Amino acid sequence: MGEEREQEKGKKKSGEFQVITEDQLDPQFKYEIIKEPGGENFLRCMQCGTCTASCPVKAIDPDYNCRRIIRMALIGDKESVLKSKFIWMCSTCYSCYERCPQDVKITELMFALKNIAVKYGYIHPSIKAQLDLLEKFGALLEISEFENRMREKYGLPKINQSPEKVKKVLEKEKIKDVIEGDS
Amino acid sequence: MDYALFLGCTVPARSLGYDISVRKVAKDLDINLIDVEGFSCCGFPTASIHRETSLALAAINLCLAEERNLNIITLCNSCTAYLTKVNMILKNNKETFEKVNEVLKANDLEFKGTIDVKHISRLLYEDIGTVKIEKTVKRSLDGIKVAPIYGCHYLKPSSIYNKFDDPEMPKSLDSIISATGATSLDFPEKILCCGGAILAIDENASMGMTHIVLDSVKSLEADAMATICPFCHLMYDEYQATIGNKYGKDYNIPSLFFSQLLGLAFGHEAKELGLKFNAVRTKNLVKKIMGGEQ
Repeated sequence: MGEEREQEKGKKKSGEFQVITEDQLDPQFKYEIIKEPGGENFLRCMQCGTCTASCPVKAIDPDYNCRRIIRMALIGDKESVLKSKFIWMCSTCYSCYERCPQDVKITELMFALKNIAVKYGYIHPSIKAQLDLLEKFGALLEISEFENRMREKYGLPKINQSPEKVKKVLEKEKIKDVIEGDS
Repeated sequence: MDYALFLGCTVPARSLGYDISVRKVAKDLDINLIDVEGFSCCGFPTASIHRETSLALAAINLCLAEERNLNIITLCNSCTAYLTKVNMILKNNKETFEKVNEVLKANDLEFKGTIDVKHISRLLYEDIGTVKIEKTVKRSLDGIKVAPIYGCHYLKPSSIYNKFDDPEMPKSLDSIISATGATSLDFPEKILCCGGAILAIDENASMGMTHIVLDSVKSLEADAMATICPFCHLMYDEYQATIGNKYGKDYNIPSLFFSQLLGLAFGHEAKELGLKFNAVRTKNLVKKIMGGEQ
């Protein structure tokens, strides 16, 4: 019996998902989530699937399934949740948030999960790149001489980007340590 | 009335047509938009990484507007939701208020909670009113079919917006479009997400989302789409041809910022409204609108 289970562990089922065994689960994970701002209502989920049915990302990519992400988090499949690309695929459209009959506030829950993932050192590279831009320009896009000449040509006021205030906040919040997962 | 104009990151760099036309239209409606030195990112991009940082980044902008005693007018849906939300949190949650003000000390700023934030479309709908818009129209858009594109964060989460519109069946943008004489098309996809937010995460999913809306608009034989967010514009205008190629469709639907359409209705010429910055050509649409004038 034990041997069989050993064999089963890690074996791919239906070519996609791995069998989950108890030793992979962290029963404390759900409490970690409800402590994170945005995750407060997470335990209310009754798995009705309204979120998934409302999700415009799911309409295109059937693998993206927010109800399943919530279930995985509820049973404590922490590593799979935090490592997965799926939490970064939420387009934050708030359709599920509006329609959830249990007011789980799923979009906010996704933000909470991403914040937790970052603490453990999992961050999507595109988001990391945005931080560099914020530090440099105080914005996600640079307004260089070229843009300003264009703006002036069309009667728009020149923009002097001033990243100093943004930089000070990033420094005070130790954002570099945060994204290294050292917080 | 005076307002602080919050452009955000994308508009001043990539959506000049929005920047130009909003200022034109605001002037026509006696709205005085003031550029505030020092506005930076709204904070939303860092909400996924570190909530506390994002709250402080949003608060920088709120404080700068407070110092000038000006309410903020936004153009981008994401900036709108984030600044509105953080403003609400800081006004109502003492613990967060104190934490954020502690961080802001490094910048000699202090959040007080004295101003409000509104999207330009909401301002037109709620404060200016469609009657005034109707009165300002010099060139009716009668006979033009327009697909209103609401995007997400303009309406949702509805809990931060004091129910100014219905997130499932909105009408604010429709009524602004109707005030120009144009026909505002009713279709369920008008509230769908453009996919722009995950373009850098998953291009396939992102463009797939855009194509669903474009398909619907195409089937309605719309003359134009009207957007109120630079990300929607990016997807429906700049990426329209790319998405068309990917899905084997020839969309060719002019996608205008709603302020560009208003500008045309208010009697401005295409070149005064930055239409040359639109990727999908608007020449035929403008011709149809000008009708007898040309």
